[in-house]
Amino acid sequence: MSAISLCNATPTEATTLETEVLIIGGGVTGTGIMRDLALRGIHSLLIDKRDLCAGASGGNHGLLHSGARYVSTDPAAAIECRQENALLKRLAPQCIETAGGLFVAVEGDDPAFAEQFPALCRNAGIDCDELSPAEARKLEPVLSEKLFKACRVPDATIDPFHLAMLNVAHARLTNGSVYRPHTEVLRFEMADGEIRAAICHDHLHNRPLTIRARQFVNAGGAWAMNIARLAACADVHLLYAKGTILVSNDRLAHHVVNRLRSPGDGDILVPGGTVSLLGTTSTRVDDLEHVGPTAEEIDRNIREGAAMIPALAGARYIRAFSRVRPLLQAAGNAGDRAASRGFALLDHASQGLGNFCTITGGKLTTFRLMAEKTSDLVAGRLGNDQACMTATIPLPDDEACSWTEPATALKHWHRDRDADDMILCECEMVPQSAIEQIFAGSPGAEQERTIEAVALRSRAGKGPCQGSFCGIRIGSWLYDQGYYRDATGLAHLRDFFDERFKGQRCVIWGQQAAQMELAEALHCGLLGLDTLEGDR
Amino acid sequence: MSGSPRHFTTQLAVIGSGIAGFAASIFAINRKIVTAQVGNTGAVAYTTGYLDLIGKLGGTTDPVTDPWQALTRLRETEPKHPLCRVAADDIQRAFTEFTDFLGTCGLAYSSPGACNITALTPVGTLKQTLCVPATMAAGPRALAANAPCVIVDFKGLKGFSGAEVVANLRDRWPQLTTQRIVFPGMDRGEVYPEVMARALEVPATREKLAVALNDVAGSAEVIGLPAILGMHRPDHVLAELERLTGREIFEIPTMPPSVPGIRLRELFQQVLPQRGVTLIPQQRVTALSFADDGATLALSDSYGPIRVHAQAVILATGRFLSGGLEAHPAGIREHLLDLPVTQPADRSDWYRERYTDPRGHPIHRAGIEVDDSFRPLTREGRRHHERLFAAGVILAHQDWIRGRSGAGIAIATAFRAVTEAEHFLLS
Repeated sequence: MSAISLCNATPTEATTLETEVLIIGGGVTGTGIMRDLALRGIHSLLIDKRDLCAGASGGNHGLLHSGARYVSTDPAAAIECRQENALLKRLAPQCIETAGGLFVAVEGDDPAFAEQFPALCRNAGIDCDELSPAEARKLEPVLSEKLFKACRVPDATIDPFHLAMLNVAHARLTNGSVYRPHTEVLRFEMADGEIRAAICHDHLHNRPLTIRARQFVNAGGAWAMNIARLAACADVHLLYAKGTILVSNDRLAHHVVNRLRSPGDGDILVPGGTVSLLGTTSTRVDDLEHVGPTAEEIDRNIREGAAMIPALAGARYIRAFSRVRPLLQAAGNAGDRAASRGFALLDHASQGLGNFCTITGGKLTTFRLMAEKTSDLVAGRLGNDQACMTATIPLPDDEACSWTEPATALKHWHRDRDADDMILCECEMVPQSAIEQIFAGSPGAEQERTIEAVALRSRAGKGPCQGSFCGIRIGSWLYDQGYYRDATGLAHLRDFFDERFKGQRCVIWGQQAAQMELAEALHCGLLGLDTLEGDR
Repeated sequence: MSGSPRHFTTQLAVIGSGIAGFAASIFAINRKIVTAQVGNTGAVAYTTGYLDLIGKLGGTTDPVTDPWQALTRLRETEPKHPLCRVAADDIQRAFTEFTDFLGTCGLAYSSPGACNITALTPVGTLKQTLCVPATMAAGPRALAANAPCVIVDFKGLKGFSGAEVVANLRDRWPQLTTQRIVFPGMDRGEVYPEVMARALEVPATREKLAVALNDVAGSAEVIGLPAILGMHRPDHVLAELERLTGREIFEIPTMPPSVPGIRLRELFQQVLPQRGVTLIPQQRVTALSFADDGATLALSDSYGPIRVHAQAVILATGRFLSGGLEAHPAGIREHLLDLPVTQPADRSDWYRERYTDPRGHPIHRAGIEVDDSFRPLTREGRRHHERLFAAGVILAHQDWIRGRSGAGIAIATAFRAVTEAEHFLLS
């Protein structure tokens, strides 16, 4: 984090806030709890030390599991996935692309594993059509000719950013619950077996902030163990697995393509709108803050992926990223991929605390269920007996939250096209009116009118140029509109490019090397963002 | 597209059409060397019009105000840097010869001086450069004098905000303000610098723009504009607008590809053939071979194969953007001859962790090795061929981006490569 304040507005708020429930962690689970509680009539405040989906929620494939991946290792998880998959497709279709999934076995893979797969799916209640290799290759011509078995399952993709924003927007609309980004818990004020307040730092305005609440929820994901320890709870035991994923410049397959074998590196290719995501390696790590892809992980993903889809070997990649998954530490010595993808809700009663709980582990597909279980506990402790409603009430739409979907820009182009509404991100067709809409209505952007806030809430900077041109155009526009009035905008621009680069650094070869040279000549050679005055 | 190849014979073949390639052709025709030049001219359009020599030194963040002193420092700290293989007098001569040539073609430049010029950028930062086009010269002067000045930008022009320029220069230039106007006849939707520049070649457009500028200029003595002052006769467009407004006017380069870069490309493409260069600007050389009696370049255009037979060759194919170097997952290669490339040991060492690290990235110091006669070297350290020379940013041991020295390396090494090629051709 740079020393510069993230804020470009004048701070005027109080430094003590009150709410019924403080939720710590703005991933999909935290936002899901916020919405769930709101629908039960409970007011909450959601905080994140960075912003929405900054951890594993924003650093995964965006896969909505059919459950088929888990049929051999964890049938209970498979059934959970199947149920949540069907439910979310019905209740949050705006965040989901029902792409369908294929499991494919290629020469060298274990035929016995492939053979028993359809039956295992059926046992878990998961639809599974067996396809001939020819049928599979007709559906996805990029598949290897060495394919010997293929099954079709109801995998889909889900946009976690869109989902998190809509959760927050619905909670806000329902009962005025509040989301505050860039707010980090430093310690808890405790008395009589209860947490009374969270003492936080507001990075946006660079000042301390106290939050008082009746219940405290730790939805910190990979950071949950650290947060629990701030409340002297020693009962959260997590292991950290770093996963590395690559993003290709083009969408290579329409379906989710899984390798039909035991889970391993480079065994899945997931479409993400106009791109594809290839993953995942899994490496145990100790450090949560400094994780990044390595050349070796990149090469391994590509090598393994190319066995299913040979075109992956020569594809153009625009990004690679790593995020830490929290794994529940289980007894015994099972591998990281084996028995550890379930979730855990800890009520911390054993730690002598009556108003604090931790939810961690799990996966994107089951976020709603995790939120439900947590909200049941919290509501019960508050004496609220309202049942969970997120399994029946559809997630309402909100266009201000929809700019992370590639389709939104296209719809906007066809429907509302105004010649004076200029496209600022040309790769992803994001117009200036999208930024106005995001500032007006997207959760957490009200106070933070910055390039980074726009990038998180839209497709801006996600295309082949990775923001190197549109960042400058958006920066100019923000100056034009008076959101920036001094050198802060250039420092933000520099930080934005530095941040995007972390995801590009390991995949710069071929055309990307040319693109990078041009970008650097512009950003550093001409604009001098490598030598800004006064902040180094 | 078939048939037998068409053959061209020349004394010197220049491969590459960036600043280095064009500079080499200019120096060659000035020395009465029969010259052919091949290569896509795309990258020239990405230049800003500023001709840098040295603007930054060795990973420091301080601007270099005296590039000649910096050159002396560079000889001590980075003796393998390509600029250290060129005498300061030769660099001065090379810049003078290059800018004089552009001046005679209607694109006047400031002469290379004893000090760098503090020039403006489109975001309101400042940049050290050696020579600027005449259309940009009043900006640095007005900045130095804190003259009352208005930056005028245009409705519909993306990526150039007068408010941004002013916000970032306010402390240093209190007399700077900004105004937004509509470009004559372009009141709806997006407007593009290239289109505006071509429109300003027409006197009636200039007259309307002058009226609009005077409407907002107030007490400002100087007007700054994004770079739009004409495409083929910028000096004339500038003079006319200054006459019509009664004020000094200057341009600031815009995001690439910007008008000053396109001007250079169009000028080279138009003028060099008139001066006798056989210019094949849109094709890539696919093979280069050497025999005892000369070199042969193979390429094709839409009419079929072409062979260029040359007595000497200058390789000025640039880096990754222009295709002279290729970055493969397994390593960096030189595209045409597979010349050995000095480079970091491993791909994971190409880039530092932080993008804007002022020390720069090791990948940019990769490149081909040459001897003091600018002849590329083999792995064994021998000359690849006595007829082959190299120039420009393809050379190793420099980081033109962090050093703000792209044009300097291109022009200075092209000068030396042509000088050496001339010796060879005369011997």
